[in-house]
Amino acid sequence: MILELSFTARNVLIGATLLGALGGTLGSFALLRRQSLLGDALAHAALPGVCLAYLVTGAKSPLPLFTGALLAGLLGAMLILATVRWSRIKEDSAIGIVLSVFFGIGIVLLTYIQKLPAGNQSGLDKFLFGQAATLVTEDLQVMAALGAVVVLFIALFYKEFKLLSFDPAFGSSLGLPMRRLEILLTLLLVVVVVVGLQTVGVVLIVATLITPAAAARQWTDRLGAMVLLSAAIGAAAGVAGSLASASVPKLPTGPVIVLVSSCVLIVSLLLAPSRGILWARLREKQVAERIRGENLLKDLYLQGERTESWDKPLTWPYLMGIRGQSSRDLARSARPLLGRGLAERTDDALRLTADGRAKGQQLVRKHRIWEVYLSRRLELPSDHVHRDAEAMEHTLSEAAVSDLEQALGFPKVDPHGSPIPPRRVDPLRTSA
Amino acid sequence: MPISQIVNLAAREEEEAQAQAEAQTPAIEVHDLTVAYRTQPVLWDVDLALPEGKLIAIVGPNGAGKSTLLKAILGLVTPVTGWVQIFGETYAKRRSWVGYVPQRESVDWDFPTSALDVVTMGLYGQIGWFRRPSKHHRETALDCLEKVGMRDLAHRQISQLSGGQQQRVFLARALAQDAKLYLMDEPFAGVDATTERAILTLLKELRNTGRTVVAVHHDLQTVAEYFDYVVLLNMRLVASGPVSTTFTADILQRTYGGRLTVLTQATEALLQQRSLESAREEGEGE
Repeated sequence: MILELSFTARNVLIGATLLGALGGTLGSFALLRRQSLLGDALAHAALPGVCLAYLVTGAKSPLPLFTGALLAGLLGAMLILATVRWSRIKEDSAIGIVLSVFFGIGIVLLTYIQKLPAGNQSGLDKFLFGQAATLVTEDLQVMAALGAVVVLFIALFYKEFKLLSFDPAFGSSLGLPMRRLEILLTLLLVVVVVVGLQTVGVVLIVATLITPAAAARQWTDRLGAMVLLSAAIGAAAGVAGSLASASVPKLPTGPVIVLVSSCVLIVSLLLAPSRGILWARLREKQVAERIRGENLLKDLYLQGERTESWDKPLTWPYLMGIRGQSSRDLARSARPLLGRGLAERTDDALRLTADGRAKGQQLVRKHRIWEVYLSRRLELPSDHVHRDAEAMEHTLSEAAVSDLEQALGFPKVDPHGSPIPPRRVDPLRTSA
Repeated sequence: MPISQIVNLAAREEEEAQAQAEAQTPAIEVHDLTVAYRTQPVLWDVDLALPEGKLIAIVGPNGAGKSTLLKAILGLVTPVTGWVQIFGETYAKRRSWVGYVPQRESVDWDFPTSALDVVTMGLYGQIGWFRRPSKHHRETALDCLEKVGMRDLAHRQISQLSGGQQQRVFLARALAQDAKLYLMDEPFAGVDATTERAILTLLKELRNTGRTVVAVHHDLQTVAEYFDYVVLLNMRLVASGPVSTTFTADILQRTYGGRLTVLTQATEALLQQRSLESAREEGEGE
């Protein structure tokens, strides 16, 4: 596949993959330190550096441009850190100020360069939105060298960077030079941003930092795994983006890379186990269904208790009447009970099974013991305890209820005078 | 008397004198400390000497500079004037003797890491640069989790822990530092009753093995029960000394000014505690 690619396309592929992996790595730390926008500011701050380097050297050769971008980005980063430390301006404002001031200067210089006789051919405007196709082998060499330095530093200072991201004050109390580590990490961030300028551009570079990291965070609870996964997602997006732009004419590489990693992010936000939105919704639905079922079960039990006849089926319209439910809602509540064999449906009526009666009894027991607790220990009037008990009956565990019962001295009746059922009755015996 | 014996005697005397001097060296000495955030002073002219081997509470109203005092001792904030000494030396020289437990809310508990990993951070100073924690370090960290009753939750992600469990993870991290002096910022804040008891037991154990514990504490009602020594702070030092002589209604009044509800509660608790103690003493006397 790679062999079939043109020389330019191969350069793009290598550059984009490299950048994706580096952005993913550094982005993990930026995300966890809540400094996502710092990367954005650094990218914008690098633009005047690129322009000045061009004006000084008069040519578009990679090393001076990288150096110019690096120095300007660093200056921007240090200004942000210094502003936060020495003035009353908060970090978000400091980032905004540095970003716009530097970017403004950059645009002025860029316009000036374009008006120069040779300026049109400078191609510096490509730094705004990035153009991966302009990558030459020399660019790749500089990118690879800088990338290697970044990875080396992350490996060497991994545990210190972890501590810096989690609890910098504690790190200082251990005697670790947290401020210097912070500056080092910011410096590495600047390097990565500069590496990505030509490929993705000033405007979109922040996406290569944050998107893979945010996606990776969804899948793991370990920092090491997150960093590796984030780098992998970044690299994969780089590969996909460059291949797509190589096979479809006029498709820009940088934005496609960003779109690919954004798709990965969306899927991760929705589907990742434990943190995914869909799973959370599903769990909520299951809980809601269980609670609906338990409420109906309790009503069936209370009817049995009141009339002292457990085998008589309760008709559908009657149940709709006492519960104030539509036929459809009642069917929805009944479904989990029927599914678990707690109730049976005969024609147009519902009847508790032996299992259902035992389960209903335990629910009522929880409800009534909680009411006793509220009225005795918290001295709530008896007409204030029912609503709270309605919620607690679904969450209290068997063991907690028994402890509570013991602590309350085994009460016989609840505050309304209804009997409290015993601990657990063998369902086989009660069915007789 | 042979010369050697005289020399021996002299050496012993010198040793004893040194031991005595050491016994008198306070765990923390704060001299003329003033700290300001911008132009707003937070601590004024604080002079303090805290004894070794005690459980010490720092109490005072909100904004009294309690956390700031801890941070100034730790060198996390730079004072305008004054100095701090830990066991007779600067903090920089004594850093490895000091363990720190920050406020629980000071970090993001959704950080992707496990309880064990957080405790291991207490060993980063020992592990040194460019090295990974070894098996030995991990075992030390597990032992510390064991001491706070959290060993079985070692591999759980920290956001899955309850508030009390998170506080215990922070304590275990401080234990891993194996310090002589522990500075804790509200170790009892927002924890359940079980954790409160577990933490108290742990603090007493630390004290009984000769460690000094200084904790910012909010609950005036438990000061007399939990601590030996108390520092009352309201921007200035109001008083410091053993709980039995210093934690009095009069000094509390001076610390908290007119905030009566807090005071009445605390005074009641205090009186209760005192009467319990005297009853116990009488019982023992018979």
